[in-house]
Amino acid sequence: MSLDAHVVTHRGDFAVDVAVQTDPGTTVALLGPNGSGKTTTLDAIAGLLPLDGGHVRVSGVTWADAHTVLPPQRRRTGLVAANHLLFPHLTALENVAFGPRSRGLGRSAARARARAELDALGIGDLAGRRPTALSNGQAQRTALARALATDPAVLLLDEPLSALDPTTRAEVRAGLAHRLAGFAGVTVLVTHDPLDALTLADRLVFVEAGRVVQSGPPAEVVARPRDAYVAHVVGLNLYAGETRSQTLVETSVGPVVTSGHDHVGPSWVSFAPAAVSLYPARPGGSPRNAWECTVRAVEIVGQTARVRLTDDASGEPVVAEVTTASVAELRLQTGATVWATVKATEVTAYPA
Amino acid sequence: MKPVGAGLGAALGATAAVLLLASCGGTSEGATQQPPSTVTVLAAASLTEAFTELATAYEDAHPGVTVEVSTGSSTTLAQQIAEGAPADVYAGAGTGALAQLPEGYAADGGEEVLTRNVLEIAVQPGNPQAISGLTDFARTDLDTVLCAETVPCGRAADEAFASAGITATPASRELDVKATLAKVELGEADAAMVYRSDIVAARDAVEGVVIPDEENVTLDYPLVWFDEDEHTLGFVELLLGDRGQQVLTDLGFSGR
Amino acid sequence: MRRLAGSSALLFALAGLGVALVALPMLGLLLRTDWGDVLDDLRSPIVWPAIRLSLITTAITLVLALIVGTPLAWLLSRSQGRAGRWLRALLTVPIVLPPVVGGVALLLAYGRNGVVGAPIFEAFGLRLPFTPVAVVLAQLFVALPFYVLAVEGAMRSVDRRFDAVAATLGASPTRVFLRVALPLAAPGIVAGAALAWARALGEFGATITFAGNLTGRTQTAPLAVYVSLQSDPQAAIALSVTMLAVSVAVLGLLRGRWSG
Repeated sequence: MSLDAHVVTHRGDFAVDVAVQTDPGTTVALLGPNGSGKTTTLDAIAGLLPLDGGHVRVSGVTWADAHTVLPPQRRRTGLVAANHLLFPHLTALENVAFGPRSRGLGRSAARARARAELDALGIGDLAGRRPTALSNGQAQRTALARALATDPAVLLLDEPLSALDPTTRAEVRAGLAHRLAGFAGVTVLVTHDPLDALTLADRLVFVEAGRVVQSGPPAEVVARPRDAYVAHVVGLNLYAGETRSQTLVETSVGPVVTSGHDHVGPSWVSFAPAAVSLYPARPGGSPRNAWECTVRAVEIVGQTARVRLTDDASGEPVVAEVTTASVAELRLQTGATVWATVKATEVTAYPA
Repeated sequence: MKPVGAGLGAALGATAAVLLLASCGGTSEGATQQPPSTVTVLAAASLTEAFTELATAYEDAHPGVTVEVSTGSSTTLAQQIAEGAPADVYAGAGTGALAQLPEGYAADGGEEVLTRNVLEIAVQPGNPQAISGLTDFARTDLDTVLCAETVPCGRAADEAFASAGITATPASRELDVKATLAKVELGEADAAMVYRSDIVAARDAVEGVVIPDEENVTLDYPLVWFDEDEHTLGFVELLLGDRGQQVLTDLGFSGR
Repeated sequence: MRRLAGSSALLFALAGLGVALVALPMLGLLLRTDWGDVLDDLRSPIVWPAIRLSLITTAITLVLALIVGTPLAWLLSRSQGRAGRWLRALLTVPIVLPPVVGGVALLLAYGRNGVVGAPIFEAFGLRLPFTPVAVVLAQLFVALPFYVLAVEGAMRSVDRRFDAVAATLGASPTRVFLRVALPLAAPGIVAGAALAWARALGEFGATITFAGNLTGRTQTAPLAVYVSLQSDPQAAIALSVTMLAVSVAVLGLLRGRWSG
């Protein structure tokens, strides 16, 4: 089962134009800030929102295009939202059996199927409980079981872990990864947690303001972001620029020396925060890339610190990751002036 | 519905009258003080047109005097008087409701028969169903309406049917005579047993079918006054005199 | 502090007046009831037929309101366009309309010369006014809007994502309505039904105007109270007390919702 969706909708001033293609048995993650159109895309695939253009095809069958519109109940989707949305008047088992019953399965067959789904997620012993008697994690697993019990061709997960506390989130994420591994259909996962995306998805699609800004396999996207939001999510410093020579790119943060590249024209330049070194004064010697910066914020995570800076000359943001010892040594507090340097060998340049 | 509104109106009117009297220091003995003065009259609904006209005539002849006329079900009005609603004059349809008035009600005033009314059958203009008399009220192919058993026109109709040995099959027993007549005016009923005065008041909207005297029931309209104030007596005299009787006759009443 | 005490005394006085305005009439009814004779008074020939007619007609009204009102409430609660707003406004009219006016409107629609009534009379010789059917129509006219608006509110407060999830699970709109919307709105449906039933039970103006007043056929309990007040006040009081008791019982049904 493969998914080929091109969702075009207009709601007031907000337009969405997002294409998602994926192969059978794979998971595609839709990432993007709030209000970027991720949920709209999911709802359109599920048939809960009408398309104003584009199409939804699953394994060659058209669910929606200019001529055909299948209602939600005739599409083979399973939907799990942040809020589990279990029917409060039904037990966990009845909730899971609701789908099979709706699709014409007999009462006992539907219940047997529901029990199997709950068992597969390790919550068979909670079958008789009402949703109010389930913890958030249990409820979310039940919701997942309910979505899977109809053998959907497309599983739609709308921030399924976002309402859970960190410990529960890790547990449910593991359960989800395990269950998805055996799932033959396509999974579309909406999230803004990069960890969900990187651990669960085969392909990432970044959406901003209703448009796809970058898509590709996680390793490629993480290595070569092409958008400020993507860079922010994967934790890289990223600047747009123009190649000047085989080792120089003129960027928004000034000329940047690289270890060498073989393309010309518009270019992206990126480097990791850990590659940034901070000094109280302009250092002499080998580093050729140096900026005089002002400290904006410092966050300490264990033994390292993330330092958010702005380049005084261009106003561009620079993120550095240094040891907590350096924070003390350099007296890095908001408003302090430091020099940030990056070795040319740590800088990657690739065509825009 | 109508008696509710009329009853409330009567109560409000009476209250207003009391306030007015109190504010100008008038008493029930107050012949010494000249106008402004108010005569409060509670009258049966069927007397509405006649009393409105005569009250205006009296006010025109006696500047400064107000004649407050409130109309409604005779029984309801009598009950209101018994409950303490102020009234100088009461005119009921039928003597039945007099039992509701307090003991010795006419001790400070007096009582006379004001006029009489007879039953008549109201039918649609042109009498399409060819209704001719009391027997038509037993026809089941017609919708006929009567007044409720508890109001005078209903009691009179029951009496007429009983003495004629007819079992009427009404579709409804309306709460008062105007509502009964309205059902024929609106075309919902083929015939209604009401008073001749009501049919005269309805003008061209309905037609009357006369009931012979020997089958008819006459309804006496008692007139009671509760005091002998100048204008109470003045208005009573107008009602019982030639002018008042002429107005009543013109409106379909049968005279004293 | 004095000022505060003074103003709070005024508030209490006004609130007390408010309570008195509501409580005194009911107290009067209870005090003037001749409790020893209530059962005898209820044997008055018009009392039992009126109670029976009221119970039967209000039961039919309630069932019809549930059958047609519930789907209407559901569709209204899920409507977003202008049509829904207009429909809701239309349904509010009978709530604010004086019942007598409703009765006149019913006559002009279903009467022998009415817009709908005339063709029915021509074709079948059927006459609606003065029949128990007219009583039910009058009660429906005033009670159905109460029911629909109450239930619509309850259904509107149910998260629409439940509908969406049910649809993705393969449930047809009818199944969503029956299996999801109805159970989730059940408390609202009970409250709406109780309100509508109480309103139908108390209906007077539209009934007397449209259906008339005939013992055992169209004379409902409120009409019987009004009529017997003129001839047999004790029977009227006994009947009033009975209706008060029934109303309090309905209130008891609702209490769970109001006390939260």
